[in-house]
Amino acid sequence: MVSHRIIVAAAVLAGAVTLGAPTAQAHAFLDHASPAVGSTVPTAPETVTMWFTQQLEPAFTTATVTDASGNTVDAGPAQVDPKDPTELRVPLKKLPPGTYTVAWHALSVDTHTTTGHFTFTVKP
Amino acid sequence: MRSPPFDGRCRWLIPAAALMIAQIDDALAHGFAGDRFFPATILTDDPFVADEMSLPTLTLDPTQSDGSREFDIGSDLSMLITPNWDFTLSSNWAHIHTPGVVTQTGFQGLTTGTQYQLFINAEHEAMALAALDVTWGNTGNLAAGAPAFTTLSPTFDFGKGFGDLPDSVPWLRPFALTGNLALNFPTQVETQGVPNPNSFFYGFAIEYSIPYLQSQVKDLGIGPPFNRMIPLVEFALTTPFNRGQSGMTTGTVQPGIIWAGQTFQVGAEMIIPTNSLSGHGIGGVVQLHFYLDDLFPNSIGRPISQW
Repeated sequence: MVSHRIIVAAAVLAGAVTLGAPTAQAHAFLDHASPAVGSTVPTAPETVTMWFTQQLEPAFTTATVTDASGNTVDAGPAQVDPKDPTELRVPLKKLPPGTYTVAWHALSVDTHTTTGHFTFTVKP
Repeated sequence: MRSPPFDGRCRWLIPAAALMIAQIDDALAHGFAGDRFFPATILTDDPFVADEMSLPTLTLDPTQSDGSREFDIGSDLSMLITPNWDFTLSSNWAHIHTPGVVTQTGFQGLTTGTQYQLFINAEHEAMALAALDVTWGNTGNLAAGAPAFTTLSPTFDFGKGFGDLPDSVPWLRPFALTGNLALNFPTQVETQGVPNPNSFFYGFAIEYSIPYLQSQVKDLGIGPPFNRMIPLVEFALTTPFNRGQSGMTTGTVQPGIIWAGQTFQVGAEMIIPTNSLSGHGIGGVVQLHFYLDDLFPNSIGRPISQW
């Protein structure tokens, strides 16, 4: 049947697109974080760690952590783990109870940028 | 002695290079406005220019009032000319079965378009584009629904994410709305005694992004494949406004789900006619969609010109 041939042709073309692509690297989305996005933790964390869906470019990937008043509370620049380039760590000062905002800007190794922000709360 | 990679004299190169890369990338990214990623919707047009391709889109329409049922195999291609300007190409192959009548098959006419990105506002997750689509006459099988005349359709498409809502309503922040407003102007008043009215097309998509929920609002621990799903409801209506057909609105409502991966997405929707003029029963559509900017970042996934 003609319709079957058209479907097969479309499937072959779609397969060719997928297989014909070079090793694809795409946008780095935040997969998960510690403390978790939107979570409340009983004790103040020493770092915020984020795991992304793609490897990150260390020179152009940043993250900051601020308190409810907008004051920076990170203890240094965000660092991409050289052993696992999907992992980004931000060292923190000693945090009093409160809600904190993590804002990140990631550049994946194929130069796609993504941004995001989330909060976590340290229990009183 | 070997110099360190970035000494004080060339430290300015870092922000300069980052800015340059970010500017290029913003132009390449498909469907991003700040923290928001808009997937490519199936029924309604996307509010962003991009290098992308849908292949195939398989559609089984609801049964029409004459008892006919149509099955389509469609494809769409969008290619960037510059970072803010693209052209589009789409075509459908149709199989129309009507009880007691010879089944008709063939292409339904070629549609081309050009789109210009008017703005992208990162802070408010908003974007809009203006487009002109042309469905060309006599480019398919007339018996399979291809038009014998050309139709011009100036279009306005927009998208808005609700991530800027206050923290007091966190569960609403993953919502987003996209929409199309278009006018259709056939270049022939009537064809073989049948009038071709001018019409108004309006379509919307309401989306709830699980990825946005988990990465920006609250990580609920939803795992694969559900953590990349975006439930949505699309609807699109066409209302003629002259030539004896004023107010004869037809359209569909299409609830479904899009799964958005790193380089492609898969979508499936149910097709529900809005009234008897639009058919009866239900249909369905599935689509495989590729992000060409991610698959081919150094060739066809880039704008032809950076101008």
